[in-house]
Parts: sequence; structure tokens; C-alpha cells
Amino acid sequence: MTEHKVTSPVLDVRDLHIEFDTRHGALKAIDGVSLQIAPGEILGVVGESGAGKSLTGTAITGLLESPGRIAGGKIHLEGHRIDTLSQDEMRRLRGRRIGAIFQDPLTSLNPLYTVGRQLIETIRTHLPMSKAQARQKAIQLLSEVGLPAPETRIDQYPHQFSGGMRQRVVIALALCADPKLVIADEPTTALDVSVQAQIITVLKRLCREQGTAVMLVTHDMGVIAEAADRVAVMYAGRLVEVGPVAEVVKSAKHPYTQGLMNSIPTVLHDVERLEQIEGSMPRLTAIPEGCAFNPRCPHAFSRCRVERPNLIAVGDSDAACWLVEDMEEPLLPRSETAKTATLSDHHV
Amino acid sequence: MIAFLIRRLLQGALVMLAVAFIAFSMFRFVGDPVTNMLPQDATLEQRAELQARLGLNEPLPVQFGYFITNAVQGDFGISYRNQRPVSNLIAERLPATMEMVLAAVVLSLVIGIPMGVYTALRRDSWLSHLFQAVSLAGISVPTFVTGILLILVFSVWLNWLPSFGRGEVVELGGWSTGLLTVSGLKALIMPVITLSLFQITLIMRLVRAEMLEVLKTDYIRFARARGLTNRAVHFGHALRNTLMPVITITGLQIGALIAFAIITETVFQWPGMGLLFMQAVSFVDIPVMSAYLVMVSLIFVVINTIVDMLYFVVDPRLRVDTGKNNTSA
Amino acid sequence: MSTLTQRFTNDWRRFIDSDLFYSFRRSPITVVATLVVVTLILSAALAPWIAPHNPFDVGTLSLLNSELPPAWIEGGDPAFLLGTDGQGRDVLSALLYGARISILVGLASVAFAMTLGVCLGLLAAYVGGAVDAAIMRIADVMISFPPILVALLINGVARGVLPPEMQHDAVIFVLILAIGLTTWVQYARTVRGSTLVEKNREYVLAARVIGLRSRSIMAKHILPNVIGPILVVATVNLAVAILIEAALSFLGVGMPPTEPSLGTLIRIGNEFLFSGIWWVVIFPSTVLVLLVLSVNLLGDWLRDALNPKLR
Repeated sequence: MTEHKVTSPVLDVRDLHIEFDTRHGALKAIDGVSLQIAPGEILGVVGESGAGKSLTGTAITGLLESPGRIAGGKIHLEGHRIDTLSQDEMRRLRGRRIGAIFQDPLTSLNPLYTVGRQLIETIRTHLPMSKAQARQKAIQLLSEVGLPAPETRIDQYPHQFSGGMRQRVVIALALCADPKLVIADEPTTALDVSVQAQIITVLKRLCREQGTAVMLVTHDMGVIAEAADRVAVMYAGRLVEVGPVAEVVKSAKHPYTQGLMNSIPTVLHDVERLEQIEGSMPRLTAIPEGCAFNPRCPHAFSRCRVERPNLIAVGDSDAACWLVEDMEEPLLPRSETAKTATLSDHHV
Repeated sequence: MIAFLIRRLLQGALVMLAVAFIAFSMFRFVGDPVTNMLPQDATLEQRAELQARLGLNEPLPVQFGYFITNAVQGDFGISYRNQRPVSNLIAERLPATMEMVLAAVVLSLVIGIPMGVYTALRRDSWLSHLFQAVSLAGISVPTFVTGILLILVFSVWLNWLPSFGRGEVVELGGWSTGLLTVSGLKALIMPVITLSLFQITLIMRLVRAEMLEVLKTDYIRFARARGLTNRAVHFGHALRNTLMPVITITGLQIGALIAFAIITETVFQWPGMGLLFMQAVSFVDIPVMSAYLVMVSLIFVVINTIVDMLYFVVDPRLRVDTGKNNTSA
Repeated sequence: MSTLTQRFTNDWRRFIDSDLFYSFRRSPITVVATLVVVTLILSAALAPWIAPHNPFDVGTLSLLNSELPPAWIEGGDPAFLLGTDGQGRDVLSALLYGARISILVGLASVAFAMTLGVCLGLLAAYVGGAVDAAIMRIADVMISFPPILVALLINGVARGVLPPEMQHDAVIFVLILAIGLTTWVQYARTVRGSTLVEKNREYVLAARVIGLRSRSIMAKHILPNVIGPILVVATVNLAVAILIEAALSFLGVGMPPTEPSLGTLIRIGNEFLFSGIWWVVIFPSTVLVLLVLSVNLLGDWLRDALNPKLR
């Protein structure tokens, strides 16, 4: 058990299962995912596309659409269970307790209305304010997210803003009613690199100042390293590793996370060429027995092919890998063959 | 916007020129205008005189020039069939058709849009399935069959409504209207229903398809994620964005309705332009046919231009200040 | 050619295993619609053999039999199942012959429009430049006018140009021409779109480099790719063609009463509307609606089934 689980978390997801009903039966898209986020903490959720990161976020906001459905598990927000709430109760939570930021700021705003109208509408949905008060609050929000001249820009239409500025507007919209949790789904992916850093800074500042918990969904380890406090790595709908960012980046426990880290270019390590993980993530229809990663894993042994590993605490992290069972230090080539040794050569 | 307007007007003028050319070709090459315009016992002098007056001795481009000059002034020659100026015939018939068509447009929007919205939002309710089924029937039942069935039920069997004509009309400064008398309104009911049935179906299906498309967009998902009420999401956001293409189609459909009116007017013996055109086609009365073609095209072009203008009102992205602040971020 | 047939058999096998066939079996309405269409086409085709009377043999008509109601109504005659019209013609037989003409004109117009549209579409895409611009401009203008208006104009002009003695025999061809010229645009657009995509693929360029004639390249590679969408357009347009023919005949500029289509029969029935003999107008109307509705249902289903976006 690590210490952050002791403080009462804003978001507590336990053993979440999401299934899609299809002609060929139910597909398991999320299989036993558990997450906690403390107040003021940014949890990065990372994985390849299709790993289920966004889906987890969607389920928490209660916006899962048919044929997808929550098939098991519990979601608690500030101690209250929310996955059993009615649609209308859930709607009241959205925007009020849970803010959401989407990937593409170009398409997240309704092109036919001014940003002011969209802000005021959201504020007045959740807070008892007059139009004038809401407008004041909207201007204040816009300036908080770093939009210059908010008094004039509030009356402009989305197409009059650049991508980065639009994403700031989207963030302002997500923060309208001071939510306790913000789910940011690839908030920087559609932006220029220079703008990405600005958006991350804004997010981090708001999180620190207002004690908001943030679930930052991305496939970009660089963004995670820069913004997140902790990181959760997902693979094929399962959690493979959770831990403090520094720990996971420096000494990943799960072979998949290691592969992920090796595939990132860094300035610190002078690598000849980037590593890549052989093969590709299985489709939902063909997730292998045992550990979902075993066909691509360079260290897979017989147990990995039959028995599914649960998260096991190693150091400050948890990893779902049989290799780390009973280990104090990661990847000690104890019972395993030379294969493992070569990998640690690579890594350490 | 001014530049856009000018471009649209030029395009419209070009289309009208092409239509005028077709009308002219029909007039000049289908049958002999001189023989057709004169009574059967006309003398050779009369023929020669008319030939000269119509400019038929001039080279073709000059003739086309005459044709356009005359057409712009509303002069389309003389009807072969009843020897009256075509422009008078059209002017007499225009109000009847326009009243019927406009009433049908209003009816199809008032009924079609709510049905479309409903079927998009409640996709699986039994009423939606019913609407969908009825709409398929609406597309498959020909206008004239609808008209005949209505006449059979409401005129022949029940004897509630008149089966033909416009009822009593009132002259209002050269415009004869049937909207001010009870018999005029009663006469309007069945033709308007007949004419709008297909349009209702069309608008319903269009609104449904567009709305389903819009409901899938990011800004609708984001609006939901902001916790807006379903009402605000559906009617505040989705519907407004849905209506953009509906405006275009409605504009185009007014043109289509004028053409469909040919059939409706024949069924109900409604004294409009369509009936006039139909009689012209039966008797190969070319001046009336070409005048009708030019008139209808003109209405098309005008409506299309208005629709384009409406876009500027509805969609802020198209307004003049577009791009002014794009670079400031 | 063998690659084409092979491709076609492959397509066919894929079709049987496909989601398409699956969705066909799963949609009872589509199955019913198919049955209706097949029944109507078969009985229309076999009209001369299955019709109880020959409605056009003036010798067998008797005014004594005129205006008989359908057989199940009092005063009806079992020999005339659906009753008779004002001249003593058997409504059922007239219907069968009428449907025959309606379907014939419909199919012929679709074939004509398809040939014209596919050729013009290929030409526009393959030659490009001014030819393309000209063809597509004409298409734009044509499609912005309602089909019934265009068909009426072409019909009127054709009858103005033809000498009167030829008009009676030519009327069916005039109809096919008018409907075909009205409905070719969609085929042309579909084919042009696919051809433009296909045209710049490497194999076409390669084939050109080694000196193959462009016509054979088009036939072998491009046509197979557009068969699906063209089929959808053709199905929907069959309904449209039948409707336009019915409308023209109803308006009195289509098939003459001596050789009536469903539209002509409805026109004739309309004249009897006020004498209370409703069966003369109701039955042709019903058959027409049933035919068009079923074809539309088929087209609708085909479009949805072939559109991967909706699955």
C-alpha cells in the first residue's frame, strides 16, 4: 500500500468492467480497472489507442453510449457512489462536480454560438446566477485560463480563436462550476507543441490553486512526465502499472511500460535508435489467455499464458506482472533465463 | 459579402441566360412559330409581316438578342392555342400557384421539422417507427394518387370539400387571392395537403438524418459533458445546427413544389401556372412552355440567392469579420 | 474478361457470407418487399397468359358488362374479379397489362439512363478538363430542376418535333427518352467520383505507361468498383422512373388509353370518380403504390446495407 491511498480520494474507481454488446456476444473493453485520484493530484492515464483510456473517462462522466455499458465495479466521487445514479442525477454532476476537456478544441465548441453564450449557459445551468453575474464569472474564468482581453473576446465566435485559445475556452467551460474532478481526454494532442506546454501549465496551475483532481488521458508519455503526479498504464482494457511518475519513468516494472519508455526519444540518453515493441495490441475479440501482453512480452513464461496477474506492489508502484511477484527489486534475474538478463542490460 | 453577392448574382444571370437559350431554341426550332401564331386563313402578307416583326429574317444570334430583350420586358409572344399574350396568361395564373405553394411550404415545415426532431431523439419509440413507415409511404404514393384519394373520400363520399377550382377569389391590386373567403380557404385545403405530403416526408427524413449526424458531433458530446439539460442540448444546440441544411433544401423544394404543382393543379383543376403549362404541353404551345420555363427558373434562381444570403444570417463563420481575429492568438 | 467474372463470383460468394445477406434475412420488411416486386414483375411479364380477358380486344367487350363492381360486392360478376370499367373492360386484366407497360418503361428508362450516365461519368472523369466541366455543369443544372418538369419539357418538345403520324407508335420511346434524360445525372456523378479516385491509382498509370488503351483499363478496373453504388442508384431510380411515367401518363401526355400503363388507368379511373365506381381508380393506384413502395424499400435497405457508415 502506498501513502496516497490513505488520504480520501476525490475519485475512486473499483474493479470497473465495461462491455460492448455486439452480434458476436459481449466484448470486454475494460476489464477490472481500479483508480484513485487525490485532491489536487494529476493522474496520467496512458496507453495505445484502443487500450480503453478514453472509455474509462467516458464511463466516469456517465456518457457511455449504447452498445457500451458498465458491466461491473463501482465508481465513487467524493465518497458517493455515482455509477448507479439516474441519468438526470448524473447530468447534474457533469459540469458541476466533474468537468470534461475533450481532445479537439476545434470541434468541441458549437460554431454557431459565441463563447460567452456557451459559458454563461453552462454557468447558469449549475449555479444560481443572473445573466450579468454569469457573464462576470465567465470573463473571470477566461482570464484565469490566460485568455487575453476576455471582455471583448467573450462575444466572439469559436472560429475567431486559434486552436490553443479555443482549448483554453474549453478548459474554462470545464471549470465553470468549480468541479472537484476534471477529466481531460487528450487535451493537447490536437495542438502545436509550443501550445501544448502552455495548456499543460494552465492545467497544472488550476489544479494546484483550486485543489482539483485531474485525470489526464493521453498517449503521450512526454505530457505525462511533465504534468502528472502519478501515472496509470493501460493495455488491452487492463491496468498494467500504476505509480509515481518519476518511479515509472525511471524504473518501469512491467515489460510493457518498459517498452513504452524505451520508445520515447530523450535528450539524456544517447540512444542509437528507438526501441519498439514487437507486434501490436490485440483486438478486443482476441485478447489472449493469462496476461494480455504475453504474446509480445520478451520475458513471458508459462504462467503468463494461463494465469492473469493482478496488480502487485513493488517499491512505490503497482504492476500486474508475474515477474515482479515476491520481488523487492524489479527484474532480478532470479529464476529466469538469460533472456531476462539481456533485457536488464538494456535497461539499467 | 458584397463580393459573394455579386458572384452569386452573376452565376444566376448565367443560369438564366442558359435557360433563355433553351427556351429560345424551343421557340425557334420546334414547329413553325409563324404558322402557329397566325389564324389558319392568314394571308401571305400577314405571314411576311409577322415574320419580320418576330425578326425571323435576321441571323440567329440577333434573333436570340431580340428574344432576350423581349423576355426581360416580360414579352414571350402569343400563345399558339388561344392567341393571347403569354405574359397575360402567366400573370393571371401566378397568384393561384404561389398561394398554394407557399401554404404547402409552411405546412411541410410546421409538420416535418417536429416529426424529424422527434424521430431523431426517440429513435426506438413506436411513434418514431410509425412516422418512419408513414414517411416511406409518403415518398411512394404519387401526388396524383393522394389527390384522387382525397377527392374520393372528402368530395365524393363525404361531400365536405370542393374537388376542383379555387372557390371565390378577391382581387387585391392585381393579385387574386383565395385566402380571404371561406370557399377559397376550403378549396385550398386538399390541394395543399396533396402537395405538401411528399415535402413533409422529405423534410422529416432530412431533419432526422441531419440531427442524428449533429448529435454525434464533439460539440454535442461536450455540451452533455458540461451537464447541460437534454432540452438545452437538443433544442439549443443540435436543432439550430441541424436547420442549416434544412434551409437549403427548403429553398430548393419551393422550386420543386412549383413543378409538383403541375400535377396537383391538374388533379384539382386549380387555375394556376401548372395547369396552364400542362395544357401547353398537350397542345405543344411552345411560347407558353418557354415562358413557363423561364419564369420557374427565375423563381429558382431568386430563391437560391435568398437562401445563400440566409446562410450569412445563420452561420457566424460566413460573416464579414471572419478571420479578423484569427491570428491574434 | 476472366478476371472480371472471377471477381464477380468472388463478390457473389462474399455477398452470401456477408453482412449484406445477413441484414437481408434479418429484415422481414425487405423480404416481403422483394416478394411483392418479384410477384408483380412476374405477373406483369406473364400478363398475356394469366389475364382472364384481353382488355384490348374490342370484339370481346360488351357494354352489358360495363361498370360492374368487384366480384365480392353485390352485383359483381365472378368472371370480373376486380370489376369492369365504363367500357366493360376487366379491371384485373387491364391492371396486369398496365403493370407490364409501367414496369417495361421503368426498366428501359433505367437501362437507358444508366448507360448514358455511366458513359458520361467515365468520359468526364477520364478526359477531364473542358469535357468534364461541360458534362458536370449540364448535370448540375439538370439536377436542380425537378424531374417531372424536365420530363414534361422533353416530352413536349419531342411531340412538337415528331410528325403527327408517328406520334402514336413513338410515344413509348419518347417516354423512355424523356425519363432517361431526366435521371442520368446520379449515375454520372457516382461513376465520375469513383473513377477520379481510381484513375490516379498506380496500376492505371502503370497500365498506361506500358501502352494499354485507356478504355480497357477503365472497363477492367473501374467498373467493378462502382457496381455497388450504381445498383443502389438504379434501384431507387426504378421507383422514380415508374413514378414519372405514371405521372406523365396521368397528365395525358404518356401512354394512350389504347395501350394504357398504370398511370393511364388511373387517369381513366379519375374520370369515373364522381359516378361512384371507385374500383376503376383504386386498384391501379394500389398496384402502383405497392410497386413503388416495395422498390423503394429494397433501395433503402440496399443503401443502408452497402453503407459501412451506418453499420
